[in-house]
Amino acid sequence: MEELIFGKLSFHDIPYDNPIIMATLGGSSMLLLCIGILITYHGKWSYLWREWFTSVDHKRVGVMYIVLAMVMLLRGFADALLMRTQQALAEGGAQGYLPPDHYNQIFSAHGTIMIIFVAMPFFIGLMNIIVPLQIGARDVAYPFLNSVSFWLTASSGALVMLSLGLGNFSHAGWSGYPPLSEKHYSPGPGVDYWIWGLQLGGVGTLMTGINFFVTILRLRAPGMTMMKLPIFSWAILVTNVLIMLSFPVLTVTLALLAMDRYLGMHFFTNHMGGNLMMFTNLFWIWGHPEVYIVILPAFGMFSEISATFSRKPLFGYTSMVYASVAISTLSFVVWLHHFFTMGAGANVNAFFGIATMVIAVPTGVKVFNWLFTFYRGRIEFTTPVLWTLGFIITFCIGGMTGVLLSVPAADFQLHNSEFLIAHFHNMLIPGAMFGYFAGYTYWFPKVFGFKLNEKWGRLAFWLWIVGFYLAFMPLYALGFMGMSRRLVHYDNTHWQPYLVIALAGTILIMGGIVCQIVQLAVSMRHRDALRDTTGDPWDGRTLEWSVPSPPPAYNFAHIPQVTHRDEFTALKKSGRVAAVLPYLPIHMPCNSILGPIIGGLTFTLGFALVWYIWWLATVSLVAIIGAVIARSWNQHTEYEIPALEVAAMERALRHPPVTSAATAPPSPLAFEH
Amino acid sequence: MKKLMTVLVTITVFWPAALWACTGDCGDQWAVLTPKGYIASHEKTLILTALGLMLLVVVPVILMTVIFAWKYRATNAHADYDPEWDHSTRIEVVIWLVPTVIVAILGTLVWTSSHALSPYRPLASSQPPLKIQVVAMDWKWLFIYPAQKVATVNQLVIPAGVPVDFIITSDAVMSSFFIPQLGGQIYAMAGMTTHLHLIADEPGVFQGYNTQFSGQGFSGMHFETVATSQDSYNQWITQIREQGKVLDRPAFKTLELPTKNEDPQQYSLAIPDLFDSIVTSFSPNTNSPAKTTPTPMIED
Repeated sequence: MEELIFGKLSFHDIPYDNPIIMATLGGSSMLLLCIGILITYHGKWSYLWREWFTSVDHKRVGVMYIVLAMVMLLRGFADALLMRTQQALAEGGAQGYLPPDHYNQIFSAHGTIMIIFVAMPFFIGLMNIIVPLQIGARDVAYPFLNSVSFWLTASSGALVMLSLGLGNFSHAGWSGYPPLSEKHYSPGPGVDYWIWGLQLGGVGTLMTGINFFVTILRLRAPGMTMMKLPIFSWAILVTNVLIMLSFPVLTVTLALLAMDRYLGMHFFTNHMGGNLMMFTNLFWIWGHPEVYIVILPAFGMFSEISATFSRKPLFGYTSMVYASVAISTLSFVVWLHHFFTMGAGANVNAFFGIATMVIAVPTGVKVFNWLFTFYRGRIEFTTPVLWTLGFIITFCIGGMTGVLLSVPAADFQLHNSEFLIAHFHNMLIPGAMFGYFAGYTYWFPKVFGFKLNEKWGRLAFWLWIVGFYLAFMPLYALGFMGMSRRLVHYDNTHWQPYLVIALAGTILIMGGIVCQIVQLAVSMRHRDALRDTTGDPWDGRTLEWSVPSPPPAYNFAHIPQVTHRDEFTALKKSGRVAAVLPYLPIHMPCNSILGPIIGGLTFTLGFALVWYIWWLATVSLVAIIGAVIARSWNQHTEYEIPALEVAAMERALRHPPVTSAATAPPSPLAFEH
Repeated sequence: MKKLMTVLVTITVFWPAALWACTGDCGDQWAVLTPKGYIASHEKTLILTALGLMLLVVVPVILMTVIFAWKYRATNAHADYDPEWDHSTRIEVVIWLVPTVIVAILGTLVWTSSHALSPYRPLASSQPPLKIQVVAMDWKWLFIYPAQKVATVNQLVIPAGVPVDFIITSDAVMSSFFIPQLGGQIYAMAGMTTHLHLIADEPGVFQGYNTQFSGQGFSGMHFETVATSQDSYNQWITQIREQGKVLDRPAFKTLELPTKNEDPQQYSLAIPDLFDSIVTSFSPNTNSPAKTTPTPMIED
């Protein structure tokens, strides 16, 4: 009976005996409680619910994605710090402070969280905010779907976080290779948390992919042909094609693994004809495009930033577009380079090795294009530019070690070693995170109406980049010393000094993160001094800078007519004064409580599946389907902003007005560019 | 703040030199760079060649980044400024061509080296190869010398100068068999066999590892490889045979229990087809599919 109601869940699943986990749990629940009390004290719950949680406004959804990414970054980084400390200590007779069971969960969680719940929501947040503004649209193609996508991601993130205090997380690595991740070798709830965390969040990501693909193809402003699409939006378009093609593979792979674990099937087990090689292939058919899914958007951000701050158009726009498309196509024919050591023949290995190297060509072209964007420019060394320069230099080193790993016979020596760890952090930290930090600083004033503090931003950059080199260059050396990844303990005394230096680097990165938090707090405090009143704080080139900061809910009072690639620069240069246009009423999508409700139900569904609580799983699934059906009956999904209100808002937002007072519009129903 | 930055950057650049000075590190611990076998030395040459070729592009790019950023800084009014310039066919051709050429050269290198250093390729030698069967277990390595009728756990002894044909499988989860100073690794997978051909060019003791994470006892799953003269190798074999510890079915059942940090053990082999029986025990055609391996978790 008890099992019928509570499944496998019992009070023993709370790790009382682990002081590290209990302290973390205590600390984070205190923090949550304090935040809750503060919100209650200020009476902000209904504001949050009305204006944010139920919002379908792409800008607000985007901000919520980025908040999620930042919270998860703190968790993922705490995991990194724990691992680095353990490895710095656990040499010879010393065992460190983490037992293998706990350590294995930490590195599995670190990988899963950093990829799925930091990198993904960070760029999805930025693309939510910026893409509709860049293409001159009022929202995304499916605003409600967008809200549901966010809440699916958030609830699967919450599910992964819950595993900290209830049961455990997977200890089979972020890639969850069977047969280790099968029931036989991992009987606990850990792998199930991993499966459902990835699975439910993955559905949200897939829907986002469809949403932005349609948005960019269908909602571009009139005149914006594909080759006039801003380069960031191009990067996002390519990224979303990758999402649509690759995430279904992940969904199927995880479903097969779940069937093995829940229904006793044998897709990937050792027995009954199951084969782990199928999982490995399928996982990386998703996993390799996934790398480009998180890197291509950052490439787009670097392109925008290098052009804006060099005061020049992007060099080789057409090359950039073709390079992005080439990278995305090639990313589907290289998956086997993750396991050259599985024993495929020399022909197969050589094919995938060469295919991998070919990706270096379009990537190299991109790097050269950024360089020639700087060439004969007037570069302003703002924080986004520092991130960009730091990225280019660091990424070259990572690219070089990557090409080295793509030589199968060299990979035999370096595979699964600390060299590999150094390589992919060398790609993803500069290639993804630096880009997101640059984009975050660059577009922050657009979203909130004030710039971020430069001094703290610079300090954060220097701590991050120095910390990065200290943390990861020693790992390259350790790879040459034969040190494997994921070791909880080692006997080789020569390795320890390098691991201590790596720990020092990690502590510097922590300093960088602290600076970023301080930067946010300081900037909020001094927001009046940092205020952006023009909507165009950096002398930007694309349409997002033509609207006020922060933009009104409808973004554009008049949908712009596009004639140039860098439309806003062309507009500013021409001094073109737009014809006096009358304001028209604007239709906007209504908020919906179904986003957070479906998210909540998804969380319950995942929770019930992890713990085998079948009645709850059934109820949640039926309720989710019910909510979707209910939504389809709702006829009132849009509201109208009357023309007078639009006019009033535009007047309030555009102070000082874009044009001089002398040519001010004669009637409140008109305004000029 | 400038001072702090200078200190930080100095540390980043000079820590390797400092570490070198303090520890005098330049010996055998650089396993990949101090190869002791034919395969490993070719892999080292390959790594260094590929790195050198790539540095031809990477170093200029890094220099260009620094020079362009410095020269075209906003405060430098003397530098050219070309606010409209965004295309040059000549530059575009060069930036597509240079990486393409380097990749073409590297690609050729990939093709030839993948075949020459394939783990499946028997090594050319006047000596017949020594056949050793390798089984990854939870969490130790079992080495079976079928012709010599001995088996060891976490200890590998081979004659130097004789090619070794490793035939590899797993009795549990996936692992990866790796002796960096002799040459690259290959996976061990249940129900399947993989091959690795290696040779030790000189006597010595080389570390061997499992590099593929395999669970709780993963970190302790390493072994020493002793390459020695043919005579002392023969002596070692005889010694094991006489020593008396026997690997029969019950002993193997005990060995299959998950254990951590196993010390080296030697057995004389009493199960003639042990390796094959391990491989076929996972076959779908075997009548006992639910081979009951003992409980896999170890409580800490």
